[in-house]
Amino acid sequence: MSYISKPKVSHPNLPRNTLGLTVRDYEGAVSTLCAGCGHDSVTAAIVQAVFELNIEPHMLAKMSGIGCSSKTPAYFVNQSHGFNAVHGRMASVTTGASAANRTLTYIGVSGDGDSLSIGAGQFVHAIRRNLNMCYIIENNGVYGLTKGQFSASADIGSMPKKGLPNQQEPIDPVSTALSLGATYIARSFSGDKEQLVPLIQGALLHDGFSLVDVISPCVTFNDHEGSTKSYAHTREFFHHVVNADYVAPAEEIKAAYAEGSAMPIELHDGSRIILRKVDSEYEPTSRASAFKYLRKRFNAGEIITGLLYFNDARKEMHDLMGNIDTPLSEYPLDKLHPGKKELKKILSRYR
Amino acid sequence: MATVNDVVIKIGTVNGTGSASANGLLMKSIFRMGVPVVGKNYFPSNIQGLPTWYEIRVTGDGYQCRSNRVDVMVAMNAQTYAKDLADVAPGGWLVYDSTWPRNKLLSRDDITVLGVPLSRMCNEHFEGARARILMKNIAYVGVLAALLDIDLDTINELIEETFAAKQKLIGSNMKAIRLGYDYARENFVCPLPSKVAAMDRTRGHIVIDGNTAAGLGCMYAGATVGAWYPITPSTSLMDAFRAFCSKYRVDPESGKRTYCIIQAEDELAAIGMVLGASWNGARSFTPTSGPGISLMSEFLGYGYYAELPAVIFDVQRTGPSTGMPTRTQQSDILSCAYASHGDTKHVLLFPADPEECFTMAQSAFDLAERLQTPVMVLSDLDIGMNDWMVPEFDFDESKIPDRGKVLGAQDLENMEEFYRYLDVDGDGIPYRTLPGTHPKGSYFTRGSGHTKYGSYTENSADYQDVVDRLLLKWETARSIVPKAEIQYSKFNTAAILSVGSGDGACKESLDRLKKQKTGLNYCCVKAFPFDETVKDFIEKHEVVYVVEQNRDAQLRTLLMLDCDADPAKLVSLLHYDGMPLNAGFVVEKVLEEQSKGRAA
Repeated sequence: MSYISKPKVSHPNLPRNTLGLTVRDYEGAVSTLCAGCGHDSVTAAIVQAVFELNIEPHMLAKMSGIGCSSKTPAYFVNQSHGFNAVHGRMASVTTGASAANRTLTYIGVSGDGDSLSIGAGQFVHAIRRNLNMCYIIENNGVYGLTKGQFSASADIGSMPKKGLPNQQEPIDPVSTALSLGATYIARSFSGDKEQLVPLIQGALLHDGFSLVDVISPCVTFNDHEGSTKSYAHTREFFHHVVNADYVAPAEEIKAAYAEGSAMPIELHDGSRIILRKVDSEYEPTSRASAFKYLRKRFNAGEIITGLLYFNDARKEMHDLMGNIDTPLSEYPLDKLHPGKKELKKILSRYR
Repeated sequence: MATVNDVVIKIGTVNGTGSASANGLLMKSIFRMGVPVVGKNYFPSNIQGLPTWYEIRVTGDGYQCRSNRVDVMVAMNAQTYAKDLADVAPGGWLVYDSTWPRNKLLSRDDITVLGVPLSRMCNEHFEGARARILMKNIAYVGVLAALLDIDLDTINELIEETFAAKQKLIGSNMKAIRLGYDYARENFVCPLPSKVAAMDRTRGHIVIDGNTAAGLGCMYAGATVGAWYPITPSTSLMDAFRAFCSKYRVDPESGKRTYCIIQAEDELAAIGMVLGASWNGARSFTPTSGPGISLMSEFLGYGYYAELPAVIFDVQRTGPSTGMPTRTQQSDILSCAYASHGDTKHVLLFPADPEECFTMAQSAFDLAERLQTPVMVLSDLDIGMNDWMVPEFDFDESKIPDRGKVLGAQDLENMEEFYRYLDVDGDGIPYRTLPGTHPKGSYFTRGSGHTKYGSYTENSADYQDVVDRLLLKWETARSIVPKAEIQYSKFNTAAILSVGSGDGACKESLDRLKKQKTGLNYCCVKAFPFDETVKDFIEKHEVVYVVEQNRDAQLRTLLMLDCDADPAKLVSLLHYDGMPLNAGFVVEKVLEEQSKGRAA
């Protein structure tokens, strides 16, 4: 935690959202990450996304595990509850939290170590349950806090700062999520805020599990020549394939879209996500074709970004189970048992 | 050997052949005759084909433990015939299926062997392989009914109740009972000198297992989130909770569920879900056993330090490692008390029978929310999976559940500022807020070092301030956990101290020792930290026999650590072969210790 605190006074003419809050109201503590860390850009994108969506701060829950990425929930939306869990276990805590109160918006921030190594089991099972959350992976291919070991997302041939190149197959969160049936899968780059903000907004509003894999370079341990997760490498090889625009409820679609490239998706609150296909070949609603396309371009050394898969037909966890719409945590305790008289009836079976 | 209402019946069968319902029928019939019973199931960690035994102790005196004696053996499993024969007490009886001849080498002069052609009779009277196997089991109940003088009308009444929904099974079951009954009456002198006679000692009682009772307790406590990973012997707790919820937890307006049961991918996730749910204000729990506690340990330390309620049922089984999953032990006491790295300790509750599983399930939620910490209920396989005769449960509707110190929206609105870990009331318990209540209530829940204001710290004094307050909270816990059960007379200088499922055997041994002119006082601990009466109890005695079901004297260690008890006076009586404790063991060991000159 930084010893410098942010000034509490802000510019009087800052724009306000429908709740009357400014973007400053969605900020958090000062980041203690390294200067230039990709994660700080993701934090800024989250702040903008939540501000623009007019989410009441106390109705947002910020979840994380352990690692550089998992520190970041302290750096956005101060007025939200945060849960910094143990390493690799953010998904299970969020599952339980959602079970207790499904009316909150859950944003989880994790890293490639937290989600693809120690937390791989919980990551895949949260997808399987279609847990209603926005799950962001700040993906930099290394362990930062322990000083630069490769993570499971490091590409074959990627060079460490010192030592030999990685020889093991990387785990790609996007194709993993695709194979597991995640219902909203996006990838972006921390240096591409314009693309990232609407992808996070769509993820927050989507009813079900949303993955946003963000290539977020580690300036200290993985930003050198030979690294495939550096700023330079990502800038050179990333391609937009399907972008998304967020359109608030009741707002008009103003942008002009080329014929056949735009695909509007209605979200539960009346807002829309407009998918813009950069490559007209791409089918973001077909798992098989998305998988094929991604593998082909991956093999060519490209980093494909955008809203890569979307499916709003599958129910989220609570609806799959048939749970009540209101928070279980608010259901009165005395209505949760059938009383003394019924207990006698129940126990008569054991006579 | 002529006795009335003091007989032990043991039935050896092959698992997967449907003998459980026959054994249940037998036990219930005796219970319905007003005669107290104790049922123990000794089963293998297997689905089908291995030996399994069911033991029914008929105890007119109403004792609560098994006896290590067998009076009547029903040897249905050829595989274990030699062992079963050897287990019968001299003067006892053995019933076997005489359809196939016994090995002549296997015989004993000091018992009576009774052959009944069960298979042949059932093959003649029933169609289909499955029915023949099932009815063979019911038929031995008929044989025992004749031999022990069990009331046929009671048996038939139970059959009618059991198969109320499957009418056509009533006739076949009654017929099988009759086959066995008539054969025994025609061929043997019935009843045997050891027999059952109706009495009036089961009124107001039920026969139930601890896992069902705990599942019912969770439903009555208002638990809404249950997360678990299947593990013997805890699985039936969640099965019971699910069954009760499917009937009583449907929202009348929407027809939707007011509970959420999640089968987790492992125990690490199960406890994570529980912590997430209670952080959000739901009463949530997880049932598990020893290996699950090992996996949950990291998160349990988190729950302790971040101060989150959680209820964990540890239905203990035999360790170490995988151990014997279908045998009982009390060997998780220390690993639960100190689960997780760093300075961590947890509140434990020790139910002694299914009735306490029901009541302690409820107090566990109250304590967890009051103390904002994980509370572990340490049951075991013996309590959890065996049928116990206990007083019918009561539920006090006027008692308001303790939800602990939770600030609401109005409280927060009126406050200048909220700090999560401040000891406002001086009892070591801070106030908490639930997400979604009010923007002023937000805080960052973390397992990393934090100050009393809730912010991250690496400052020594600020860190120590919080962990020291947790010790103050520990003392508050000591003052509100269930008190030990104590039987005290100033004339006795020696005592027995026990825990959990050892209670029944210890109480019976007290009676038996008294008859042998050895008067002992008694203490059964109900919770950790130990309340003040436990310390006082130990101090008042010269010798305290600590009876527990593990090899390493874990309860004794805990008494030394938490009560500063003098190790010299704590004498361990340890039973850890995986079988439930019996009174004979305690009596024998106490007398053995006393003969060594330790008599007080």
